[in-house]
Amino acid sequence: MDLTFTEPEEAFRAEARSWLEANVPRPALPSGDTREGFALHKEWERALFDAGWAVVSWPQEYGGRDASLIEWLIFEEEYYRAGAPQRVTQNGIFLLAPTLFELGTKEQQDRILRKMASGEETWCQGWSEPNAGSDLAGISSRAARDDANDGWRLSGQKTWTTRGAFCDRMFGLFRSDPEAERHRGLTYFLVDLHAEGVTVRPVERLDGDEGFAEVFLEDVFVPDRDVLGAVHEGWRVAMATTGSERGLTLRSPGRFLAAAERLVDLYRAHADDADPTVRDAVLRAWVDADAYRWQTFWTVTRLMDGGRTGPEASLVKIFWSELDVRLHETALRLLGPRAELVDGDDAVWMKGWQFSLSGPIYAGTNEIQRNVVAERVLGLPRR
Amino acid sequence: MRDAVRSFLENECPPKVVRDAWTNDTGRSGLWPRLGEMGVLGVLAPEECGGLGGDFRDLVLLLEETGRAALPEPIVEHAAVAVPLLEGDRAPAAAAGGVTITVAPPSGLLPYGADADLVLVGDAFLEPRALSLRPHESVDGSRRPLAMTTPPNSISHAVTEQAALGVAAQLIGLTDRMLTMTVDYAKERHQFGVPIGSFQAVKHHLANVALALEFARPLVYRAAWSMAHGDNARFVHVGMAKARASEAALLAARAALQVHGALGYTTEYDLHLWMKRAWALAASWGDAAWHGDQVGRAILDGETTPEEQ
Repeated sequence: MDLTFTEPEEAFRAEARSWLEANVPRPALPSGDTREGFALHKEWERALFDAGWAVVSWPQEYGGRDASLIEWLIFEEEYYRAGAPQRVTQNGIFLLAPTLFELGTKEQQDRILRKMASGEETWCQGWSEPNAGSDLAGISSRAARDDANDGWRLSGQKTWTTRGAFCDRMFGLFRSDPEAERHRGLTYFLVDLHAEGVTVRPVERLDGDEGFAEVFLEDVFVPDRDVLGAVHEGWRVAMATTGSERGLTLRSPGRFLAAAERLVDLYRAHADDADPTVRDAVLRAWVDADAYRWQTFWTVTRLMDGGRTGPEASLVKIFWSELDVRLHETALRLLGPRAELVDGDDAVWMKGWQFSLSGPIYAGTNEIQRNVVAERVLGLPRR
Repeated sequence: MRDAVRSFLENECPPKVVRDAWTNDTGRSGLWPRLGEMGVLGVLAPEECGGLGGDFRDLVLLLEETGRAALPEPIVEHAAVAVPLLEGDRAPAAAAGGVTITVAPPSGLLPYGADADLVLVGDAFLEPRALSLRPHESVDGSRRPLAMTTPPNSISHAVTEQAALGVAAQLIGLTDRMLTMTVDYAKERHQFGVPIGSFQAVKHHLANVALALEFARPLVYRAAWSMAHGDNARFVHVGMAKARASEAALLAARAALQVHGALGYTTEYDLHLWMKRAWALAASWGDAAWHGDQVGRAILDGETTPEEQ
């Protein structure tokens, strides 16, 4: 593991830092999981894109800089260190895009990626259904062939769709062959949420934002060009995306390093009346974030030597989601009776705590992840 | 070299050798000169002293292997602490495994003291007969600690850092081995007509061990990098490594025992040899709490140097 950054990497860090310092909105934008906040976040995404910072690791033709994995991690560290806004484009750029790069056609890549990166078209994920959460292969929303129009007709319901009420498009799985067994006969579709037959109902989340949505589809037409990967092969295509979500790309260490630094600041402000067990918890959160950083650099070193991420991504997902919960829990302990306040400067902690509680649930619950680790990393039997 | 050491230890230090060390005269494996020949003892010694001229980045990988094998030797004290401090013709002898050196920790309990030729006390290499020592038994029957009547009154930061990082590397190897052993057992042991490893409760115990290991190991490599580069914050990095490696090993031991059930609770089965080494080493050269304090002083209080001992 070589931990020395090269000169170009240091220069990249300096450039990112100075651009972010000059451009990060102050005061902070309202939550991107509200309608008003979402619009402001889209403006920010446009500014990021115009300056070449939206998708640094992508090829230049799609708005990136061809940055290496290390540079991408550096950018993430700087991004969160600067207190820059949440990425409302994340489900597109971090979850769908890797699949598009791997399995999409050139036509799809050319049509979709730049608009995704600039925030002109925002994407949400259509995985869960009322009766299919952890058991994703149990989805029942259907896709019926419409040969006359060279496309498909989608019907059914998706739910817990993050920012579904504000997004333009949704990627999701639909059952295209009802006769096939569970994991077969699914197809991966790219759906226009403004199309006829789509109804979106916002659902208020634990933290009060309308960040969730239910998406109802009634005979919604999707042309053939919006099938990603092969027909009936959607499960395999979808697994490529969940790998990204659990692993490196969705939640890089930068976010937690920045949160841990803010926690240390909070501790220092309350050190006089903090009990020793809270001190230990603050330290544990900080070390967790640092451990995640070095685990990531170690992984990246292995990837650059030709390795691949596989089910190990589940370990990473468990780690960051649980560290995030502990970190915010500790902040609330430091705030004591004032932790309940959801106005004022310290409200970010209660807000962040509520959001952190979703981490062990989304992107595959941590119970499922522990099964994946046991079965696919350690090799224990499925049944 | 790591692969060579791993395969050497797989062949030459099977569980029987570890077990025999509990009852033989020395508490040791008999492999010391061959470890010297392979260069494992002299990784940190300069080439002109018969060493490999390597640094901690090389050494931690090999110490991890000695932990995986539960090698019963004072190799951390000898190779990570004593060898780089030696001068004159003692250095080639130590690198070659001609002598065995243990080191006095703050507790004054000298690991493998009964069979050591020299003891590093503070900054002096002393012969054991020059010290007032009382023999003890350890929970790990190979370690045979000797207790100094008067523990050393000061130990340099460098010694503490080198020993703690070496032990951390061994704890990573021990953790990895206990996990592998337990996974293998959980695949083979059937109850209710199925392997116990198919039960979710068992899976989650073992996933938690894999998690602790995955996020402790890079901290050891990172601390080794800091040692090799003389980073001023190396005491913080070593502290994180030793704290997390100790926790991972204790968790692994606990989960391994639980999954092995009553079999793991016997001394006929090999698991206890690894478990007891982990218990001893987790508390050796600073436990998780002590190292946590060191890290806390730096991260929370802004101290830039380690605490005096």
